[in-house]
Amino acid sequence: MSDVADSARPRLPRGVRLTHNEAQGGWLLLAPERVFKADAISAEILKRCTGEATFAQIVDDLVKSFNAPRERIHADVAKLLAGLVEKKLLELA
Amino acid sequence: MNAPAQIPAPLGLLAELTHRCPLGCPYCSNPLALDPRVDELDAATWARVFDEAAALGVLQVHLSGGEPAARRDLADIVKAARAAGLYSNLITSAVGLAPQALAALAEAGLDHVQISIQDSEPTSADRIAGYQGASARKRALAAEVVRLGLPLTVNMVVHRANIGRVRAMVELALALGASRVEIAHVQYYGWALKNRAALMPSRDEVAAAVREVEALRETHRGRIVIDAVVPDYYARFPKPCVGGWGRRSLNVTPAGRVLPCHAAEVIPGLEFWSVREHSLADIWRASPAFAAFRGTDWMQQPCRSCERREQDFGGCRCQAFLIAGDARAADPVCHLSPQHGLVEQLAAQRDDLPYSYRHS
Repeated sequence: MSDVADSARPRLPRGVRLTHNEAQGGWLLLAPERVFKADAISAEILKRCTGEATFAQIVDDLVKSFNAPRERIHADVAKLLAGLVEKKLLELA
Repeated sequence: MNAPAQIPAPLGLLAELTHRCPLGCPYCSNPLALDPRVDELDAATWARVFDEAAALGVLQVHLSGGEPAARRDLADIVKAARAAGLYSNLITSAVGLAPQALAALAEAGLDHVQISIQDSEPTSADRIAGYQGASARKRALAAEVVRLGLPLTVNMVVHRANIGRVRAMVELALALGASRVEIAHVQYYGWALKNRAALMPSRDEVAAAVREVEALRETHRGRIVIDAVVPDYYARFPKPCVGGWGRRSLNVTPAGRVLPCHAAEVIPGLEFWSVREHSLADIWRASPAFAAFRGTDWMQQPCRSCERREQDFGGCRCQAFLIAGDARAADPVCHLSPQHGLVEQLAAQRDDLPYSYRHS
């Protein structure tokens, strides 16, 4: 299901931007001809997808911030990222 | 009518920077009466419109036309969109936009480029565009978009002359490095309506193309996003035109009139306001044209009691007027419309007439 390597460095490709807009009620991912609402947790994950941190580091950071079991976070984040890669909203450098 | 507080925030702004275009595509959705160059808004006015749009909640601006590159000040306009915080999308024919000019637009903050390609077959593509050599220029610009690292969408408008080549079109988009391709069946407004008999495919051709797109989506999953605009003359239900009138998007004409959709001026009796006299927020909330078909109160039967009324919003108001003769009627492409028979008759009027090319 999730094939994101621990060493992969996820980042938003050129042409995809995470933005916050009051009138639209929160965080949004802007992409070619598409807009996706990002819930608070997705936004926290996406903010960390800068191309610098590895997937494993992002998971570690989220485990600390949210005080949740690593295994669970690893699986949830991998699932989100893999889905975004398929939609061309994320790159794994 | 809705109280102002219930009016949703728009997501997208279609900025028609000019109606000038070097191509003559017979399916052009621009109106038959085009705004002249002298009436075009200047870049400073566009900058104000973008700021007002962003404040209203707009996230994306589509820089369109005509051919937006016919504007010498296009880079300033792109810069203004970026400064307003909008995601900018350039919708270009690629003719009149030299590959070396694209770097300046990328530098100005352009987010995405959409290039129209008329066919996978170059000779046919140039014939449809009414412009010799258009196809080669499009391929050259696509290569430059990719070289600059900008995301590329290829827009393929599908009609009788090319509907058998949907697979080749998607393969061409992949070969050009596009991350997204639109397979857009012609929508019959403006010049396309004038050319309907020459453009209309048969029901069987449409069904085959729709199946092909489904199969291609599976084949290329993860490599390219394939979006399809459905051919609504053969649909059972209407398209939710512009996501519902005055609900998600607005369109500013080259001269500054603000429309709920790009074809709305065909509907008689609507009063459009201009950005020259009003703020975008006032227009969105209070202009008579936006209020006319917002929500569901304006609906007649069968829409009024239809369980899909909040889903497709009665379909397209322009099409209701153009075919049923009443902008408040159900979109006659809906099989529940009492005028649906007219659509079937019109779709059957297919004739290999010469194109009536769009001209300024």
